[in-house]
Amino acid sequence: MNQVATTEPSSGAEQFLTFVLGGEEYGVTILQVQGIQGWDRCTPIPNTPDYILGVINLRGAIVPIVDLRRRFGMPAAEFGPTTVVIVVRVATERSERTLGLVVDAVSEVCNVNAEERQPAPDFGAGIKTDFVKGLATVDKRMVILLDIDRLVSEGLLGELSVH
Amino acid sequence: MTLDLTQFHDAFFEESFEALDSMESALLKLDLGAPDSELINTIFRVAHSIKGGSATFGFSEIASFTHSLETLLDELRSNKLQVTSPTLDLLLKSVDAMRDMLRAVQTKSPIDTKRVADLQFDAEQILAQRNAAAAASVATPNGANVPAGSETASSSTPAPAAASAPAAAPAVAAPPAPTDASSSAPATPPLSRPATEGSSPARHWKISFRPYPELFARGNDPLRMLRELAELGTLDVETSFESLPAFKELDSQNCYLSWSLELTGDVAEAAIREVFDWAEGDCALDVVEVTAAAASSPAAAAVDDDIVNHDLIAEFDAMMAADAAPKYAPVVAAPSAPAETPSPPSAGAEPVKSRTAAEPSLAADGKTSKSEASAASGIGDSGSIRVSVEKIDELMNTVGELVITQSMLSQLGKNLEGPSSEQFRLGLAELERNMRELQESVMRVRMLPISFVFSRFPRMVRDLAQRLGKEVNLVLNGEHTELDKTVLEKIGDPLVHLVRNSVDHGIEMPDVRKANGKPSFGTLRLDASHRGGNICVEVGDDGGGLNPAKILAKARARGIVGPNDVLTDAQACELIFMPGFSTADTTTDISGRGVGLDVVRRNVKELGGTIETRNELGKGARFIITLPLTLAIVDGQSIAVGKQNYIVPLISIIESLQIKQGALNRVAGHGEVFSFRGDYVPVIRLHEVFGVEPRAHELHQGLIVIVEGDGRRVGLFVDDLLGQQQVVIKSLETNYGHIDGVSGATILGDGSVALILDLPGIIRRAGAGVRAN
Repeated sequence: MNQVATTEPSSGAEQFLTFVLGGEEYGVTILQVQGIQGWDRCTPIPNTPDYILGVINLRGAIVPIVDLRRRFGMPAAEFGPTTVVIVVRVATERSERTLGLVVDAVSEVCNVNAEERQPAPDFGAGIKTDFVKGLATVDKRMVILLDIDRLVSEGLLGELSVH
Repeated sequence: MTLDLTQFHDAFFEESFEALDSMESALLKLDLGAPDSELINTIFRVAHSIKGGSATFGFSEIASFTHSLETLLDELRSNKLQVTSPTLDLLLKSVDAMRDMLRAVQTKSPIDTKRVADLQFDAEQILAQRNAAAAASVATPNGANVPAGSETASSSTPAPAAASAPAAAPAVAAPPAPTDASSSAPATPPLSRPATEGSSPARHWKISFRPYPELFARGNDPLRMLRELAELGTLDVETSFESLPAFKELDSQNCYLSWSLELTGDVAEAAIREVFDWAEGDCALDVVEVTAAAASSPAAAAVDDDIVNHDLIAEFDAMMAADAAPKYAPVVAAPSAPAETPSPPSAGAEPVKSRTAAEPSLAADGKTSKSEASAASGIGDSGSIRVSVEKIDELMNTVGELVITQSMLSQLGKNLEGPSSEQFRLGLAELERNMRELQESVMRVRMLPISFVFSRFPRMVRDLAQRLGKEVNLVLNGEHTELDKTVLEKIGDPLVHLVRNSVDHGIEMPDVRKANGKPSFGTLRLDASHRGGNICVEVGDDGGGLNPAKILAKARARGIVGPNDVLTDAQACELIFMPGFSTADTTTDISGRGVGLDVVRRNVKELGGTIETRNELGKGARFIITLPLTLAIVDGQSIAVGKQNYIVPLISIIESLQIKQGALNRVAGHGEVFSFRGDYVPVIRLHEVFGVEPRAHELHQGLIVIVEGDGRRVGLFVDDLLGQQQVVIKSLETNYGHIDGVSGATILGDGSVALILDLPGIIRRAGAGVRAN
């Protein structure tokens, strides 16, 4: 699955849902987005990394909520009226999982053509760009395209699925 | 108008499989000699409905086979034939064969016609014997019942079989009666054992060895057998890959190969058969001598072999099939023709009377098969419908959502003001009550009696014991204990393993038992019972038991236990659950106990259960599995710690209390304990384990909940107790992962999520923390 995602077919446009996080704009493949909902309190889970805010009830399923700001090491921000949870479906080696990503605000759905995309630059060892699928220019703005599958399998839920 | 019958296939298969299960259990309940006519009726109904169904759907092989079976059963039913051990064996084998045939038709794979024909011939053979006996006793009045019974009862001795052979042969070959056939028939009575006595120095044997797929599972190794054969003489081996499936479908546990062997040398048939002794019942084996005198060999076999019938038929059949010499053609028609077409030529093979009796019912089948089928599958329970599990799960989810909505409404209703608010509240109370009932009913739908798992054991134990030459008496208790379907499905394999272990290694051979002053038959007990919110399944035998000293020695030798470690007997017995304790080496030394037991324990643990052993050397061993009744629902007590609510499974709560200031003692400056009814119970501060900010820091300000987990008692320090409620367990692992100290989550009335505590996990965790300090 990871391979499929990183070696995307070069032709054709792909739709991304973009959102704002600490002033930067990120995008996730729309096919993986299940829904967007307002931020509500969630139940904390003990002894988990701080970016796991807890779990919520999503139509009867228990879904973990990830604070993307903390996940990316950004300073935490107060949750305001625009704070939303993007519910995404991700594929790991063994199963499909649903999780919610808390972001500052959603912006739009945009088409990204293959020629508008470029691979993630190498920032050196200091900055991890593993889960950056690439960069794209949309309306002269830069959008960081996220590889959520990778975000989940590496380091997010990865260490937990070992159990 | 053509009706697409394929849409009914699934229902037919499901019903048939279920019916076969009930047929099998009825067969196992059948007493030799004095059969319960109700049971025979049950068995007959099954065969009949399967026949009807398969005829309707055009599964002619099954229809034909069940027809022969029905004929035999009809004789049993009308008391013309007594139930004997060989007959019972044959019927049980037929159940297996029908199952396999159905499965084959279901998966559209070829049917093992050979095996079916063998069995069919067996069935006809038994009938022919009966007829022969009946004919012999025609002179005696009322002879039909008693002499027939006594004759067939002793059919494991050569005499009646030999007598029946000529009786059967002319019956079959009568109309065409070519000279060769008639000369071969009289050749049988003299029984001069020409094959063994008049043996030429180099004899040529054709052996067809076709193992059933489960051969390996019974511990047989074809390679070893072939090597052994090669030692007897010159062996030519031809392997058939016919039934080898595509790589994807390949199950490494199954044997797909079969062999055609040609053995030349001075070998007696018994010697060849001895090689396959252990595989008996796990393969189709035909041994045929290829000489001009081939015709006499079956007769010899009939004398030699104690399983006269089967081998005789197998030989006949193989000989005919292999040689296909025209001179035997009339005889071969008997076993194979019914398998293909239930057409007139086969009629000669069956007693005329029962044939005519069966005819009208066959005609009526098309119409009555449905009602017959439901009658057969409805044994024990009156009326049921088949629903897929997904539908039930869906229903349960919806009900869960409804419960949440309902409690939301209830909360709203409490604050409602106005003229009709009282009525509204009454309505809400009604709704709540109905809701609870609805939820419970849906939960109950998923509960099944454990007999679904237990039902396979009588057969398994019977077969195993027979193969091992042991006498085992299986006692089942608490078959009606209900548990959740998911638990039920997962408990089957571990139990099979334990039962097999007990029969294989626990219960000793009869002579050993007698020497030890025990009854020659061993007793294997399977008990199921509810204990609190758990189900307890116990597998116990009165065999040799585990030998802790031997296990310990073995463990030391393997480096699992250090040379200076001292273990109690109970601890030593625990070692058998260690992975890697299941090597071949161990198998011989400590009689194999421990093989795969680590897998059993892992499976049980995955279900949230425990397994323990109770052992008494020389008197037997018991394995006790404790499992949660259901994985879907738990009676919970809500507790509050700081702002968080948690659910504690009610069954693990012993008592809740408030302790007085100063009632606390410290051990080594760290561990807090307090005296609870004379026992010192350690205190676990839940807020510390979960890292939340509590409302109360002093123990006397909050509450202590005494809980039990992993056999230990601890006091959980919490801020407050809230309500008790049944909660639906939702997995955290579906979307997240395992969390120490948390067994799952649930959705509360207000739609929020609460975590369900895993007490053994918390106790372990807290224990580890104390040790680390």
